[in-house]
Amino acid sequence: MIRTVLAVSAIAIGITAVAAQSDPIAQRRELMKGIGGQTKTGAAMAKGEAAYDQAKAQAIFASYSDAAAKAPNLFPDNSKTGGDTAALPAIWENKADFTARFTKLGEDAKAAASAVKDGDSFKTTFAAITKNCGGCHEKYRAKKN
Amino acid sequence: MLRKLILVVIAIAAIGFAAFWFVTIPTTVPASALGNHTPDLANGKEMFFAGGCTSCHAVPGQDDRTRLGGGLGLKSPFGTFYVPNISPDPNDGIGRWSEADFVTAMTKGTSPDGRHYFPAFPYTSYQHMRTDDVRDLFAFLKTLPPVQGRVRDHDVPFPFSVRRLLGGWKFLFLDGKPFQPDASKGAEWNRGAYLMNGPGHCAECHSPRNALGGIIAAQRFAGGPNPEGEGWIPNITQAGLKDYSEKDIEYLLETGNTPDGDSVGGAMAPVIRNTAQLAAEDRHAIAVYLKSLPPVEGPKKPEKK
Repeated sequence: MIRTVLAVSAIAIGITAVAAQSDPIAQRRELMKGIGGQTKTGAAMAKGEAAYDQAKAQAIFASYSDAAAKAPNLFPDNSKTGGDTAALPAIWENKADFTARFTKLGEDAKAAASAVKDGDSFKTTFAAITKNCGGCHEKYRAKKN
Repeated sequence: MLRKLILVVIAIAAIGFAAFWFVTIPTTVPASALGNHTPDLANGKEMFFAGGCTSCHAVPGQDDRTRLGGGLGLKSPFGTFYVPNISPDPNDGIGRWSEADFVTAMTKGTSPDGRHYFPAFPYTSYQHMRTDDVRDLFAFLKTLPPVQGRVRDHDVPFPFSVRRLLGGWKFLFLDGKPFQPDASKGAEWNRGAYLMNGPGHCAECHSPRNALGGIIAAQRFAGGPNPEGEGWIPNITQAGLKDYSEKDIEYLLETGNTPDGDSVGGAMAPVIRNTAQLAAEDRHAIAVYLKSLPPVEGPKKPEKK
């Protein structure tokens, strides 16, 4: 009995994992949530509300690099609808520009990781790099309803 | 008996029409009302960014925000408005305008040829600006590059296309008063109040409107449907911003980053491009004023389908 229950649970978990892997909408939402959390940490440091921490700063830029590398593949043609997505059709109408923006984010994050050493350099770099966020959201993310 | 009745009705109609005609005469500011003034271009530039002129008037689809040749289409429930050329071009822009023409346009919503402007041009807020600030802005605009090309007429159906009717709209929704400082509040608060209610024209998006398109005064700043069409504009009274500190608001106006790690998008992104250019003290003043707004519940958001 117990073995059956365990086997079924393992299969169920396995199926869910596989399903999540092939659900780009869910994956990209997780990705964005992840960098959102990192940005929150970064904003607190930039505002002087939290002490500057080199390790945290590196983690933030690493998360941006990671997202920039993964994100372009999470918008296949068949993921325009079918889940809870705020991605606008403009993405697929302007795929080249959309992808280029992630490339830029990746480049900016890589440069930031080596350039930023202290609170002041972090503040300026963080403000510049987060301009990328607004640029995409303005054109490619649906307004919150 | 019937003839008398008909004559009385005609007389009443004539008096009514005359009253309407009188009430809707476009108001102007004559040149004689403007005293001596040396333009302050630095202040004019600050007003330019506070006023957000470039967000509507810059030629769309190109990156130079100082090319104010117009052409952007603004959709509204009353039709589509095409933003005019306000570059200093003498033929297609405002190059031949006098100071009085510009002050009249900004504070009275009347064109140099004496017609009402549609309030898609937010003179409902700009009317609260100090005349000196408007004159400084005019001087600054004249330093920007001239752009050739007239913009097409608005695509607004009858009866909204009858400009004289706007005189009635203005009678209902304009008070014609410049900003009145509140002596019981500090200089910072008053500066913030002036920037938001005057050049900033924030209430124009962040307030709900009635059927005639006027702002519902009791719910000012309480958010509502996006006047440009899709989406919902947030409540920025303390009912919406209670989790934001002054510093959070200033940081948002400087970078677009929200305290929960998001970045504002949509129609707010061009606003941030302007507020990022303001003096830090002005962003701070706006934050002080915003934090002081008592909580006001806005209209209910429609249920997500």
